[in-house]
Amino acid sequence: MQLPIRTHDQLLDAASEARKRKAPPEHVIYLCAGTGCRASGAMDLAGAMKAEIEAKGLGNRVLVKLTGCHGFCEKGPLVVHHPSGVFYQTLKPGDVKDILETTIDRGDVVERLLYRRPGTGEIVRLEKDIPFYANQKRIVFDLNGRIDPFDIDDYLAHGGYVALAKALATEPGKLLEEVKKANLRGRGGGGFPAGRKWEECRSAPAPEGIRYVICNADEGDPGAFMDRSVIEGNPHRVIEGMVIGAWTIGATDGYVYIRHEYPLAVETLAKAIEEARRYGLLGSDILGSSLSFDIRINRGGGAFVCGESTALMASIEGEVGEPRAKHIHTAVQGLYNRPTNLNNVETWANVPLIVERGAGWFTSIGTKGSSGTKIFSLVGKVANTGLVEVPMGISLRSLIYDVGGGILGGKEFKAVQTGGPSGGALPSSLLDLPVDFDSLTRAGSMMGSGGAIVMDEATCMVDVARYFTKFLEDESCGKCVTCREGLRQMGWILDDVCAGKGTRGQLELLGDLGEVVKEASLCALGGTAANPLLSTIKYFGEEYEEHIGEKVCRALVCKELIRYEILEDRCTACGICRKDCPTQAIAGAKKTVHVLDQAKCIKCGVCYDSCKYGSVSVASGSYRRVSEQIKFKLRPVKASA
Amino acid sequence: MMSQAQLDSILRRHGYSDANLLGILQDIQDRENWLPRNALENVATRLDVPITRIYRLATFFRSLSLEPRGKHVCVVCIGTTCHVRGAPKLVDRIELEMGIKAGETTKDMLFTLETVGCVGACAMGPLVVIDKKYHGNMTMDGLTRLVKGIKGTPVTAEEEE
Repeated sequence: MQLPIRTHDQLLDAASEARKRKAPPEHVIYLCAGTGCRASGAMDLAGAMKAEIEAKGLGNRVLVKLTGCHGFCEKGPLVVHHPSGVFYQTLKPGDVKDILETTIDRGDVVERLLYRRPGTGEIVRLEKDIPFYANQKRIVFDLNGRIDPFDIDDYLAHGGYVALAKALATEPGKLLEEVKKANLRGRGGGGFPAGRKWEECRSAPAPEGIRYVICNADEGDPGAFMDRSVIEGNPHRVIEGMVIGAWTIGATDGYVYIRHEYPLAVETLAKAIEEARRYGLLGSDILGSSLSFDIRINRGGGAFVCGESTALMASIEGEVGEPRAKHIHTAVQGLYNRPTNLNNVETWANVPLIVERGAGWFTSIGTKGSSGTKIFSLVGKVANTGLVEVPMGISLRSLIYDVGGGILGGKEFKAVQTGGPSGGALPSSLLDLPVDFDSLTRAGSMMGSGGAIVMDEATCMVDVARYFTKFLEDESCGKCVTCREGLRQMGWILDDVCAGKGTRGQLELLGDLGEVVKEASLCALGGTAANPLLSTIKYFGEEYEEHIGEKVCRALVCKELIRYEILEDRCTACGICRKDCPTQAIAGAKKTVHVLDQAKCIKCGVCYDSCKYGSVSVASGSYRRVSEQIKFKLRPVKASA
Repeated sequence: MMSQAQLDSILRRHGYSDANLLGILQDIQDRENWLPRNALENVATRLDVPITRIYRLATFFRSLSLEPRGKHVCVVCIGTTCHVRGAPKLVDRIELEMGIKAGETTKDMLFTLETVGCVGACAMGPLVVIDKKYHGNMTMDGLTRLVKGIKGTPVTAEEEE
């Protein structure tokens, strides 16, 4: 193969060569090596698997391929066997031998490692039949879990950079029309049509001929991690999207602003950029065209506000991340006051698909106003936690129950928070709401970057509002008084409410403050900061009423309103809680029922968590919950003096 | 202490450009675990930028630290998912155990406790990162054990009987 690649034909040659070189052996084991699975021990598993394959001399028959995130983080570490499609979950290095002997040698499955349907316990053998995957539509994520993100040849072998070659043979104006027709809306939060932004940037005057494209990978929304997974699993798709964007817009330089909290994503992307340069897919005269374009990586400094476009650009310039007013759009005057087009990771990753398959295909997925798919991070108190890609317009119910498998532990659904700190919490009455940009905004929430945090009866909505308000107070850059001081005041009032010191008038004051912060702050951080508060007041007002009027927290979360107790008829006097209690508030001895001294109790909940006999209760008003009984042997001792 | 040559190699990597100040500070911190004043003064001189601009950045970005950090850095994720799954209790627990607040370091420089908005491993929540190693589905028990392990005190036996 000749590098760098200079023509369309050479690219096709390189792809077919890569396909030959990457032809899968008899067996491939796709092993998820995303951040989530690594946290649960995927690298140990990979090591054990490679060692065992070597020891058994299976090297030329079996390939272990470390891929990016498969999405089903809850079940990690996980592998998928090719060609059978069998899915094994929650693996340990000790399972390797069994898998190789049963599946590779005998062509059978290891039943104990298969997925089981919650409730029925029915076994599901194949990945594609598991409801979590069966109900998704994976177009951006299609190659995640199948290709090696550190190997550009693997991407080429799967049709990578064909869209770029097609784009470079097309007149930029025509490409722009295609992207506009596809109605690709920004996946990072705002939902602004990418085509319109591109057009504005393309037609903005650039006296020095310099325009920029930026990929926003500063995924600061707590609870969302799809951008990280796209970069970790398929970095070249994002690069390809950016190069197509640069050709369409007439940009010369690209930046990826990525969170430093994502070390693996940074590493993957850096390698991908380096390889793309070597292959002539970045740099001067890309694929022999007149396009010269390169990308560099900027690591973020851990500031949520830097996800805002003007703050992000200030940060790239080496300044602090403070937003500015956008009377003049960044598409006209952005980075270094030059025309700059910024899109989020997921948006860029959609671009090659649209170019390759056409706007008609793209708009056939999703709804009229919101085409395509959206990746959600379905997390919180949901059974199947992980990343899911679904067509726009799917109902919240289908997202949470069909894909997500319902609420963890069969508990009662209370709310789902979409859009992170800028979004709102939606109650069960809105479960049939279609998930698209406009419906969510109308309901007082927003799409945001796609976090969907499911909450159950053990989540206090006042506490959630306080959490987001404090988060934003902390992350406010401080430029606008309303955001800086308003959020602080809101936080103090919510502290009061959570502590049972709230008064009637405060609810109204909270609402007023929220409106002012919304109206009078420059950027979207302040502009949407009141959403969590206002939506919880709107949909969960009774919980606020209970906190204020009855001094009760029904979710048993707010410390000042709850009380722990040891149930004397169930206490086995095992001594665990007594030993674990950090303030020595528990009295008792061997065979003497334990008693909790309320005056010393700091309500840390250690006794509740550590009790294995279901003998600790937590209560607030008439609401009460008893700790889980883990061991079945109950040995209550009689209360004695 | 960072040598002139080490600082030079960082500055060179960033093309001696003040646009890359954040990256430069991150690289210094990666090496030193914090941002020592003499290094910052050095950067200011070499790049000819006011020291105030460097301090402005260093105090703005959460990931930069102007205080020396401990030998072990424990970061508790307090993202939304980890929050609803009980992260605040974990923070309380470590604070109590180590006698420090989040953002502080123990006097013996052994242990630093920090919090982070989200590390994007929500499925594993609540999650604690100790010395860059992720510990998912953290329980109070497990965390106590980890922290006590660092403190050097052996974990006492679970059952009394």
